[in-house]
Amino acid sequence: MRNRLTAVVALTALLGLTACGGDSAESDGPVTLRMTTWSANEAHLKLFNEIAAEYAATNPDVAGITFDPIPFESYTTTLTTQIAGGNPPDLAWVLENSAPDFVTSGALVPLDDTLKSTEGYGFDELAPAATKLWQADGKLFAYPFSTSPFGVFVNTDLVTAAGAQSPAEMIAAGQWTWQNALATAKAVQAETGKAGLVVRDFDYKGWDFLSTVWTGWGAQAWSEDGRTCGFNSAEMVEAMTVLHRGIFVDKALPGPGTTADFFAGDAGMTITQISRASLLDGQKFGWDLVPLPAGPKGEYAVIGQGGMGVLKQGRNAEAAADFLAYLTNPANSAKLAQFFPPPRTSLLTAETLAKTNPLLSPEQLQEVVIDGIAEGVVKPSHTGQAELNQAVRAALDPLWRPDADVRGVLDGVCTAITPLLAK
Amino acid sequence: MSVLTRDTVGRAGDRSAPGGAAPYRRRGWWTTRRRDQLAGLLFVAPQLAGSVLFVLIPLGLVVWYSLHEWNVLAGTFEFVGPGNYQALAEDPNLPSVLRVTALFSIGLVVFNLSLALLLAVLLNQRLRGTVVFRTLFFSPVVVSLVAWTIVWGFLLQDDGGVNGALGTIGVDGPNWLRGDWTALLSVIVVQVVKNVGLNMVLFLAALQGVPAELYEAARVEGASAWTRFRRITVPLISPTILLTSIITVVGSLQVFAQIAVLTQGGPGTSTTVLVYYLYQRAFQFHQFGYGATLSVLLFLIVLVLTVVQWRMRRRWVFHEQ
Repeated sequence: MRNRLTAVVALTALLGLTACGGDSAESDGPVTLRMTTWSANEAHLKLFNEIAAEYAATNPDVAGITFDPIPFESYTTTLTTQIAGGNPPDLAWVLENSAPDFVTSGALVPLDDTLKSTEGYGFDELAPAATKLWQADGKLFAYPFSTSPFGVFVNTDLVTAAGAQSPAEMIAAGQWTWQNALATAKAVQAETGKAGLVVRDFDYKGWDFLSTVWTGWGAQAWSEDGRTCGFNSAEMVEAMTVLHRGIFVDKALPGPGTTADFFAGDAGMTITQISRASLLDGQKFGWDLVPLPAGPKGEYAVIGQGGMGVLKQGRNAEAAADFLAYLTNPANSAKLAQFFPPPRTSLLTAETLAKTNPLLSPEQLQEVVIDGIAEGVVKPSHTGQAELNQAVRAALDPLWRPDADVRGVLDGVCTAITPLLAK
Repeated sequence: MSVLTRDTVGRAGDRSAPGGAAPYRRRGWWTTRRRDQLAGLLFVAPQLAGSVLFVLIPLGLVVWYSLHEWNVLAGTFEFVGPGNYQALAEDPNLPSVLRVTALFSIGLVVFNLSLALLLAVLLNQRLRGTVVFRTLFFSPVVVSLVAWTIVWGFLLQDDGGVNGALGTIGVDGPNWLRGDWTALLSVIVVQVVKNVGLNMVLFLAALQGVPAELYEAARVEGASAWTRFRRITVPLISPTILLTSIITVVGSLQVFAQIAVLTQGGPGTSTTVLVYYLYQRAFQFHQFGYGATLSVLLFLIVLVLTVVQWRMRRRWVFHEQ
């Protein structure tokens, strides 16, 4: 008797749960779309909300669009948890390092048909270098709304205080190389006690940000086809040896477990994406933005990307794709360009970008942004990136000690990730 | 032990009212016993519903998920039977993860319980200021775990407060969160300092329940302080030692936030404990089926440890003898 009653209670609860978990019925009224982002920047949200309001005003099927910022550090994890929990957003920003996973898994809706059939969209002017990462089987699965090159921000006050040669002077003299950049960083640290050069977001965990350094040596994390490990190549060993010496011998870069924020005035130079320029608004110190220093292989550029896609598991995929086409049409792309370097070739001119990026000079825009996008190597990404990320991080950890055997550690990285690359 | 079982009690109840038996029989199915049972069930229903909804169903679902390959991004959910359990047996990372988990748990339990007991014994004295110290040691328990861990993260940096303090006495401290064994030690200490107050309070309550006459008698007999502690205090508070050790062992196996905030499982995999590994596989690598398999493993480990501790109570818990 008791057992039977328990079973009845359990069954009732189960049915209740199933009812709650089931898809809420497709309503006939206007829908509200939701887009997850990793930017909680008020200016970004204001612009998005304005565009969304204009769209909703002319589309009776859509009541509105909410933008749902998720912290950058846990972005992909939170997004996949929402999907697993049966609460997928309709649209999502996708980070370049998870692009292969999202593009190849079938999580996103192909956008070509919607975008091409949108009047005046200009699908053909999207730069192939920008869209490459977001395509599979000839279809575009996400719109690369931000193609942001990495550059070096310089705190000119600290460099002057250290009596070191400034990057601008070195560029003028054709001597802006890694060797000289590290010398300036070392001088800033020695003379001012502040950090020399900070590879932002690396923090001895986000190793993929080091591609902004090793690309100058011609090194890569893995081969183009993603099958061969590149960590134990001669170029990588050389690049990492220089970096290791810079950290532990010359103290040109802050060591592990030390934080220094360039934008708070704690560092002489930082490598980051130019979209961070907005953090300099209202800063007290003098600053400059220059391209990455040349490595032994000459000049190079590295870009980070963000894509916007429509989730197949979302409830309003069709409406979401239509909104995406509106959000990224030429007129709105021009508005978004003030924050995110666009993939549209017509907008990639110093004059256009200067209108919306008042903090940067036309020279900086040309050298860092436009040339960067044209020549840039995208930060490393691979299918199963999260697992690879973790494996590389763990295997690289022994490198961040003063007495590390650089070659041995890098061989260890390849031993750890080769089985994952083969998957 | 009582010889009355539930059924005999029920029948005895029915028989004890001979005058009322007839009308009740006429009602047929609706007997006093059934009415009492229904009342009883209604009393436990809220708790039962909660357990079923939030414990039993999720538990069942985890086992169900562990039999599937669930790709969240692709939206596929395929039955693979024991596939995930085979992968578990062959997982090359698992031995290291289990070793770290065991080291962490043993370190935490030993350190936590001995410190809590020591503090409780010290603070059980009738001295001025003990209330202040009790409050001091208990206050971390009520602090938000993540806030507590973030502050410790700053203190344990290479140029952080801990090494600054060590520097004033001429000691050059290590880079705590970047060394293989210092990282694990740091996480254990941060966790112990956070939670030792709770066990301390439990021990204090138990200590105050030990009758003073026993100590007096022992003192008259000439027992030393250590003998009194070993022969009187420990046996009499042994139920509390059992309780705190079960809570602490189970808690130590479920540590997550400290690892996520302080080390993210590193350096290398030196602080990747089972729960953090589970989180990585399920939520970072999108392998929810395998993550569920790992949580079944965690459930079994906790279950076995708790059963073993519970069984052993007869041997060393005083009141159970």
